[in-house]
Parts: sequence; C-alpha cells; structure tokens
Amino acid sequence: MAALGTPLQTFRGLLRELRHASGRPYRDTPAYQHIVATFRAHRVTSQKLCRAQQELHFQAATYLCLLRSVREHTALHREYHGKGERSPEEVAGLVGFRLPQQPGGKG
Amino acid sequence: PSERKRFYQNVSISQGEGGFEINLDHRKLKTPQAKLFTVPSEALAIAVATEWDSQKDTIKFYTMHLTTLCNTALDNPTQRNKMQLIRAAVKFLETDTVCYRVEEPAALAELQKNEWDPVVAWAEKRYNVAIGSSTSILGPSIPASTKETFVSHLASYNMWALQGIEYVITQLKSLILSMGLIDRHITVEKAVLLSRLEEEYQIQRWGNVEWAHDYDLCELRARAAAGTLFVHLCSESSTVKHKLLQD
Repeated sequence: MAALGTPLQTFRGLLRELRHASGRPYRDTPAYQHIVATFRAHRVTSQKLCRAQQELHFQAATYLCLLRSVREHTALHREYHGKGERSPEEVAGLVGFRLPQQPGGKG
Repeated sequence: PSERKRFYQNVSISQGEGGFEINLDHRKLKTPQAKLFTVPSEALAIAVATEWDSQKDTIKFYTMHLTTLCNTALDNPTQRNKMQLIRAAVKFLETDTVCYRVEEPAALAELQKNEWDPVVAWAEKRYNVAIGSSTSILGPSIPASTKETFVSHLASYNMWALQGIEYVITQLKSLILSMGLIDRHITVEKAVLLSRLEEEYQIQRWGNVEWAHDYDLCELRARAAAGTLFVHLCSESSTVKHKLLQD
C-alpha cells in the first residue's frame, strides 16, 4: 500500500496532530503514551513489515487521517460557518451605505 | 444543542466491570440514554478520551465521531438487531456508488472505469462473487448468491463492529469501498476520493470552492476514518472484552 507512507511518517504525523489537539503537554496524554508504546513494542518504524505490523500501521494511518481531518474540518467550520448573522451595520456596509444616526432621519 | 461549554478539567480512563470507562473530572461519562459509557477496547477508550480532551472552550459534538459511534453501539437507538443491520448494509450493494456508471460525459465515464473497475475487480476476487457495473438507471443487478456471501461474511463481525461497518457504508454510499477499507485494501483518503469521484471531476472542471468542497471532503474523511478505526478496534480479539460485545 504505497499510499500509506512510511511508518515513520505516520508516527511523526500522529505526534504532530496530538500536539495540536492537546491543551496540556501532549507527552502526558494517554494517546501519546499508547502510540509510542505500540510503535516501540511492535517496531512499526522499521522498514520491512510483517502482517501484524502492517495492520497496526494501517490503524495508525487511519487514526492520523481522523485527527487531521477533524482539525481541518473544524478550521473550515470556524472560518466559514461559525460567524453567525451579520449586524445591520455590517449589512449596510456591504452595499456601501451607513445606517442613519438619528431615529427616522437621514445619515 | 450542537455545542456546550467545556465543563471539566481532566479526562481519564478507568477499567470497570463491563469494560473501559471515561471520566470527566470525577464524573463518569454516560450515553444520551443515560447508560454508563463503557467500551470493550482500551485503545478505543483512549481515542474517545482524546476527543473529549481536545475540546477547547466549547464541546463540538459534531467533531466527536468515535464518541458518537460508541453511543450508537451502546444505546442502539434504531433498535435494530444484528440481522437487520447486516441486511441494511448488504442492500447498499444494489445502489453501490462504484457500480453505478454514467455514459456521459465521456471523460467522467472513462474516469469511473479507470478508478472504479479495479476496486470492483478486487471485491469480486476477494469474495469470489460476481458484481459487475451498470449504466442502467436501475443500477446493477446483483446475484442473490453475491448478497448471501456478503451476509455470511458480515455475520462474522460482532454487533459493535457491525454498527461501524453500516456507518461507513452509509457515509461512503458504497459497500464495496467500505469492504476495501475494512480489509485494508485501500486507505481512507483513497476510499473517500473514490466515493466522491464525480465531485472531484466537477472540481477539476469548474474549480474548487473551499467552504463547500473542502468542508465536505474533510467531514467525509473524518467520518470514514472514525468508522474504520472503530470497526478494527472492536474486532481485535486480543484487546476486546467479549462479554460486552455479545449480541
């Protein structure tokens, strides 16, 4: 599966995503510890992979895809979908007008 | 509500009788139906805990796909049994995205042939079935024996994993692409690309619209990744508490 990238790339990608995701030092998190322990125990970062290691690598790559996609989706959501309604002033400004200052009067 | 304020400092996991639990400070996480949130796999619990710990000021439930999948498995809100889930999953084959072909425009038809034929061929070989593809508006006609083969195969998965499989199929609109993922034949990125082939074709032709296209792409990737990971973590015999998974 050439599309997966190397285990080392996946491992680094995961650490990067965990750093983004976590508020506190990411090395303290269960996720970080689990990933490091798993990669170390199964030596997934070596070149030749046996079947169990390939399965583990696929799982890690899938998790990386999840973390990355959620982060990107959240960023897009914040950018394009989170702003809410414009105020009347903003709407007027869109077409080059200003709202009148006095009630019922001209601007 | 789609969001609420983050009300906890620390997220941790602990092991209870039925499996692994999530603690938000001193409170145990519960499902929407107020059941105790217990998962059969430690790795899954860690990933769920990470979702909760990743929330900043507000809890964005729509980003917490693993939590949602676990809640569905625990609460089973649609009240479906194993065979109903399996039949719903296999029924998708009749309208499987990769089997439904256009005749026009020629460029899209060609793209579908080049990108989808290989994965259909893979499924036919892997499962020893006939599937084919069709340009008919009725879609492909799938032999009953093909459906039964998939029914048998899916029956070998436990209830939790099946919830995950059915979820991925619904998201990708394809049983074949979902099996490709579950069997680790293709990556999530590839499966999503193949699922969205026509959109990608239109984007190539007419241009990308970030707030719509990328938004949908990221969301589909997230959901497909979550579903796939969920299935694999619920299927591993060495790490799974079987009692919880009994149908």
